[in-house]
Amino acid sequence: MAQTHLQKVKTFKNIVFYGIIGTLAALTLAALIIIISYILMNGLSHIDFEFLSQDPRKMGREGGIFSVIIGTLYVTGVGIVIATPIGVAAAIYFTEYAKGGKGVTIIRFFTEILAGIPSIIFGLFGFAFFVIFLGMGWSVISGGLTLAMMVLPTLVRATEESLKTVPMAYREGSLSLGATKWQTITKVIIPCCKPGILTGLILGIGRAIGESAAIMLTVGGSLRVPTSLFDSTRTMAVHLYTLASEGLSMERTYATAALLIFIVLVINGTATLITNNLGGSNGN
Amino acid sequence: METKFEIEKLNLYYGSFQALDNVDMNIYRNKITALIGPSGCGKSTFLRTLNRMNDLIQGVRIEGTVKFDGKDMYGLNYDVIALRKKVGMVFQKPNPFPKTIYENIVYGPRIHGEKNKSKLDRIVEKALYEVAMWEEVKDRLQKPALGLSGGQQQRLCIARCLAVEPEVILMDEPTSALDPVATAKIEELLKELAVKYSIVIVTHNMQQAGRVSDYTSFFLNGKVIETDKTEVIFSNPADKKTEDYITGRFG
Amino acid sequence: MTARPIDHDIREITDDLLKMTKLVEETIRDSIKSLKEKNSDLARAIIANDENIDDQEDTIRDKCLKLLATQQPLAGDLRHMISIMQMIRDLERIGDHCEDIAKYTLRFEKMEFIKEIIDIPIMADMSAKMVKNAIDAFVNSDLRLARKVWKTDEEVDEMFRNIYDELMSIIDKEPDKSNQSVMFLFIASHLERIADYATNICEETVFAMEGNYEME
Repeated sequence: MAQTHLQKVKTFKNIVFYGIIGTLAALTLAALIIIISYILMNGLSHIDFEFLSQDPRKMGREGGIFSVIIGTLYVTGVGIVIATPIGVAAAIYFTEYAKGGKGVTIIRFFTEILAGIPSIIFGLFGFAFFVIFLGMGWSVISGGLTLAMMVLPTLVRATEESLKTVPMAYREGSLSLGATKWQTITKVIIPCCKPGILTGLILGIGRAIGESAAIMLTVGGSLRVPTSLFDSTRTMAVHLYTLASEGLSMERTYATAALLIFIVLVINGTATLITNNLGGSNGN
Repeated sequence: METKFEIEKLNLYYGSFQALDNVDMNIYRNKITALIGPSGCGKSTFLRTLNRMNDLIQGVRIEGTVKFDGKDMYGLNYDVIALRKKVGMVFQKPNPFPKTIYENIVYGPRIHGEKNKSKLDRIVEKALYEVAMWEEVKDRLQKPALGLSGGQQQRLCIARCLAVEPEVILMDEPTSALDPVATAKIEELLKELAVKYSIVIVTHNMQQAGRVSDYTSFFLNGKVIETDKTEVIFSNPADKKTEDYITGRFG
Repeated sequence: MTARPIDHDIREITDDLLKMTKLVEETIRDSIKSLKEKNSDLARAIIANDENIDDQEDTIRDKCLKLLATQQPLAGDLRHMISIMQMIRDLERIGDHCEDIAKYTLRFEKMEFIKEIIDIPIMADMSAKMVKNAIDAFVNSDLRLARKVWKTDEEVDEMFRNIYDELMSIIDKEPDKSNQSVMFLFIASHLERIADYATNICEETVFAMEGNYEME
């Protein structure tokens, strides 16, 4: 009898906790759906070919956002291109070469801190260092470098985690065949880590593409299509902020927002597809 | 009988822990030498001194001499890469790379500079043929190696090792993760391989040591208690400790 | 030293071996007793009983086989098992010799002995003791006893030679007694063989314990 009572209590507790957790999960999902659908409902109707193909006119009150789309992809792309090799190299150094050293602990500590610094501070630093001190001016390269610094911690962390999941057996297998450490890293370990590195990249791109404060201070706000690394341009997030804060055109604000969400979704989707395919070809 | 490895007064320390204690042993060419002993007796550590895999572990210190083909392996300027090319290794758990069957086998030859496609094809066929797998997998060379069964994976690992044309194959409990049928296949393979290669195998399976090896060495607490012809070790060992171990009185 | 499953099985087989030995030893003594007393009933019982000995051999051999198949004994255990399998064969042969002696007893049924039988019972007693001691030496892992028993064979051989000489001279001098003399000679020869089997058992004991056949 006591047991059945205990079981009843257990079952009851289970139901309660399950209910609470379920509700919270539903809330999260609901918030996401509400935000996305609200933006899309307000924005999608204003997206047409003209909006996508024309440059903004009259500070964005009229015309499209073509140059802004290009600027976004350009700045984000430069940031990722700079951050990826540095981040991957750092992660490889931490996990493969400087295992458990004191220096690594210190570097890792600062990397973690870097991840928590508000973006405006990156912007300020980028402005002072790249824009002014190095004389790069408001430009794609200043913004790209600043973004690179911002996404670096995420990338290092993600890469490191995936490097750690590569079984020691693969390393031993490779070394026992007479491979050097470098060959082992480049030919066995990194290919195994591609999905993990890609995940880091997606998170990095997510952070970079949505960044506005740091970009404003380092890239500026030019509405022209950038033609070189040293041109100023404008990203969608910055454009969005400007349109909304200065009340230039709410329609275009929503349209831009919708497009930004769409681009983020596409990037995420593509990356997931690639990751799955990589996983698939590994057979695991 | 030609000696492949000559080990003299080998001591190995992990930090302050002594894992090998004054080991003297000869390993002969084209013979199968089995290393037996309870867990932690140093047999795997000893195996890994033969291709210097212990170098990977931090805090390892080695004293004494290990000669491979008469040359001191732990001497100054000894080419470890060349050594590992000649002394291949097969591990306890099959560890094919997450690549295709083909890519697994050509991995070794490629890192040693072989680029010719038709030559690589021939190497793949030969290696798979040697492990009696060619017929089984010739139609799915481009399929992932991890899709093979455990026994096939282990034979693939042996093929991968053979592809760099080693002289010695070190095996660290190569069948402990396999079922009896797959084990029997590997054992049969070992006998055939011994014609061309010298084999050193660590095993926990006493019957396996009995079935496949020519020489057996019993390790206990980092020491070699007894090395002799396998049939002698299993029918009439000289040392009481060997007797007690192989009849299951301890260990 | 941990107790192993194989130890239990070996003990069981050893008990069986001791039982078989006891039976064989009694059969040796009975066979000579039947001869001495011209006890045909006892002789017939011995002949019938041989099947019993054969059965015991089969039972022990089956158990050994099962142990070899399931426990895969090695080193000392392996030699121990091989020795037991040889010994039960030796014991079974001893049984056969006793049966043959019993068959001679039946032939003596309606005869008067040509002489008093003295040496043969002594020889039988020695052989029976040898068999018992040989198995005891094995069971108790007593190397010294095994070697001592093995040595005793020389005495049995000596005795056999004496019996042989005596019977040959009877045949020479009194041809009418040659029939019985030959029969006695055969019986003595059987006993001599029994002692030989006992030495085999001693040799197996040394092999089981030492892995060689060094008897001296």
